[in-house]
Amino acid sequence: MNQIGRELPRLEARAKVSGRADYTHNLSVPGMLYGKVFRSTVPHGRIRNIDTAAAQAFPGVHRVVTGEDIRKLVPEPYYGPAFHDQPILALEKVRYVGEPVAAVLASDPHIAEQAAQLITAEYDELPAVYDEIAAMAPDTLVHEVLRPAGTFADLKHLQGRKGTNVALDYHLRRGNVDKAFAGADRIFEHTFKTQQCLHLPFEPHVALAEPGDERLTIYTSNQTPSFVRIEIARLFSWPENRVRVKVPYLGGGYGSKVYVKLEALVAALAMLVRRPVKIALTMEEQFYMITKHPTTFRIKSGVDKDGRLVARACEVYWNGGAYADIGPRVTQKSGFTAAGPYDIENVSIDSYALYTNRTPAGALRGFGVPQLVWGYESHTDLIARELGMDPVAFRRKNLLRNGRPQASGTVLQDAAIDEVLEALVGRIGWNAPFDRGSATLRRGRGIAIGLKASISPTTSVAVVNVSADGSVYLYKSTVDMGQGADTAFAQIVGEVLDVRSEDVRIIAPDTDITPYDMGTLGSRSLYHMGNAVRLAAEDARAKLRALAVEAGLPEGTNYPPAEIFKKRYGMQAGNVIGTASFVPNYKAPDAQTGLSDNVTPFWMVGGAAAEVEIDTETGQVRIVRLINAADCGKPINPAVARTQLSGAAIMQLGFTLSEAMQLDGGQVTNASLADYKIPGIGDIPPMENELVVAEQHSGPFGAKGLGETGTFGVSPAIANAIHDAVGVRITELPITAEAVLRALRAKAGRPLEND
Amino acid sequence: MNARSINFTLNDQPVSTNIEPHRNLVELLQDLGLFGARESCGQGLCGCCTVLVDGQAVSGCLYFAIWVDGKSVTTVEHLDADGALSNVQQAFIVCGAFQCGFCTPGFVLMTHQLLEQHPDPSDEDIRHYLSGNLCRCAAYPEIVAAVKQAARTAATSTGH
Repeated sequence: MNQIGRELPRLEARAKVSGRADYTHNLSVPGMLYGKVFRSTVPHGRIRNIDTAAAQAFPGVHRVVTGEDIRKLVPEPYYGPAFHDQPILALEKVRYVGEPVAAVLASDPHIAEQAAQLITAEYDELPAVYDEIAAMAPDTLVHEVLRPAGTFADLKHLQGRKGTNVALDYHLRRGNVDKAFAGADRIFEHTFKTQQCLHLPFEPHVALAEPGDERLTIYTSNQTPSFVRIEIARLFSWPENRVRVKVPYLGGGYGSKVYVKLEALVAALAMLVRRPVKIALTMEEQFYMITKHPTTFRIKSGVDKDGRLVARACEVYWNGGAYADIGPRVTQKSGFTAAGPYDIENVSIDSYALYTNRTPAGALRGFGVPQLVWGYESHTDLIARELGMDPVAFRRKNLLRNGRPQASGTVLQDAAIDEVLEALVGRIGWNAPFDRGSATLRRGRGIAIGLKASISPTTSVAVVNVSADGSVYLYKSTVDMGQGADTAFAQIVGEVLDVRSEDVRIIAPDTDITPYDMGTLGSRSLYHMGNAVRLAAEDARAKLRALAVEAGLPEGTNYPPAEIFKKRYGMQAGNVIGTASFVPNYKAPDAQTGLSDNVTPFWMVGGAAAEVEIDTETGQVRIVRLINAADCGKPINPAVARTQLSGAAIMQLGFTLSEAMQLDGGQVTNASLADYKIPGIGDIPPMENELVVAEQHSGPFGAKGLGETGTFGVSPAIANAIHDAVGVRITELPITAEAVLRALRAKAGRPLEND
Repeated sequence: MNARSINFTLNDQPVSTNIEPHRNLVELLQDLGLFGARESCGQGLCGCCTVLVDGQAVSGCLYFAIWVDGKSVTTVEHLDADGALSNVQQAFIVCGAFQCGFCTPGFVLMTHQLLEQHPDPSDEDIRHYLSGNLCRCAAYPEIVAAVKQAARTAATSTGH
């Protein structure tokens, strides 16, 4: 039976609908202590004193731990994937409101929580910087010295840099932008901004560390178990094999649970008190863990007389908050796509990762690309309108096509850009007349597409185990957080070994057992791990054939595995282990020009078309139709792929219309689901989702990653539709009714007063 | 605080236990080994902690455990206690109405209650009734489809 393309329900479907699925949230172990974090109340300050006496004396408290206590165990207690800049608990300084300062341990979580409220801290407050543009000036320094990790070779030059909040600056120079602007017929320049928002998985971050004899086991809701093992081992100066990281299903991730989050803290606490320690964040505390970068994107384009883009200059400022997390990677790995899916000879990109006194920012479903698409697709639409060209015709004229170099110099391949654009155009009926509304209800349409590179170079390793009765196991460290990875991999194994996918046993990530994987992020798993799984299954198949020959069975015959094992070992015995690793070729961008002719193993293309209705009296935006299209290569499981596309688009709809962290003096003032509005069942517009089936030649069975693609076009498609409806341009997310009403009133010469 | 003794029915079985008055129903269920009701937002907004008390859906995170004294509590684990999934659970699988699955038990329980009151719900009924349950993976279109699928299967069989 053909396993590829089967619309198989998720393997874990029964466990999830019956409430029996295994999450870290559920876990407790004997002797366990609960940890509760005491957090900074100031955005930036030197720690003068932390008074833990009342908390320590509170009945039932086992121990109160501060950063200095941790430093006695871990002399250099700083972690992070790109920079070793984040202390396990604050040391000397605090850099954002909500930063962990101390932890209380107790057998009863309520006691830990009550006692944490008895801790007091005194700070010498320092000036704070919240805005990414303001942070470009070295007036207020979040970190006195930069502390890049050795993990990424291209960050080493930042070692020890002082007097700046710029964690990383990435520059791309292609052609001659200045000359091209000088010769351009028209020049357009705009600035777009995005807000701070966050992932909010419904299983908030949770981790449990259990010390053993000379080793440590960490159970965690995390997307990168292999990285966690390596980083915790590094902190303790241990070999990797003294740390075991186990990850069951995740109650959502979306990029929030990558790299080390709570793991270093629970590990250090558990080693200090020699007892298991569990910390489970509340929904509120997630607002102090990891967020999505606010950005400012200045974009300037030159167009010739024929309406062709001849130059584009992009400046992107990423507000990374107090600790770099993966921000420097976002700044570079997504930064080089800032000029968009257009064929432009002359491009300059300047992309800056900045420290500020906010909750740290990382990657959120798109690794920075949704912020970029918001800017360049709003800008592209404005250019077309100014030129009096149809926005779709303008895009068709300028689209980057397969065989042509992207701004980085890497030639576009297997990217279904035309197909995605035309799918949107066809579905919305772009060229057909539609009801534009009347009186105070006005309708308009907009379209937007985006391009993303995969994060490269990254490694995945897989092991396929065929047991003596022919039943099959797959060992891999990809985390299934709802995207359906386990099911897709089972289908790949099933296809290669000719077994039913639902009979393949998937072993949950456990670093003592499952091999290395760089991480479940950036839509990389189906491609990278998918290739590794396919190769491992092929290796197992080849070894089965060799075993058959060893057993004296005639070559080329197709004996069932169980018979081969029985013949070879005289009974039901033995195993065949197939293994493979996969790492795509990659060439790092040139340090000066930012160019590389092999910067990504595959490209992702996604877009959206929207029809909106604006109430001109209130500014209310109603989405009449939302169409999402994504290049999904050849889908392994179209049903699961469609839900990924739909879910990503709805998530982005929240970031477009309602979600925004509100800050007052550095303090988040809406840190709850009551005040931070995510989409509910009543907010879903009529939606159509189209998987554009293409072929990713280097992908497993032609497939490519899809988890993020649905986010790309949603925000600019809606802003473009609003412009089409009522002639105002919103340049900052989220697009609230207030923002639209203000723009309408300003356009009418009757601006609303500010608060 | 001192634990109090409570007696209640949990998924048709009598339970006698002690619990401190500040602890909520989700914590009580966890003590008893049931993890289908989950505290997520802690404010009764997301529906992940949905539990039926005397047949009425409550937010387990806002419901003190001692309040179940003398009452009957039903959790998602009861739906397939006999080994067979309910028609609603089957419909959620057929329609792919979940991704990470963390909020799913709450949606499943609310859908059972919805279909008891509206055997043939309109889209509007569904949206209204399930507005107290949130899904961050945003499987909403599939959830609406699953509710309708469950309504159809309930109409052709006795279901659960």
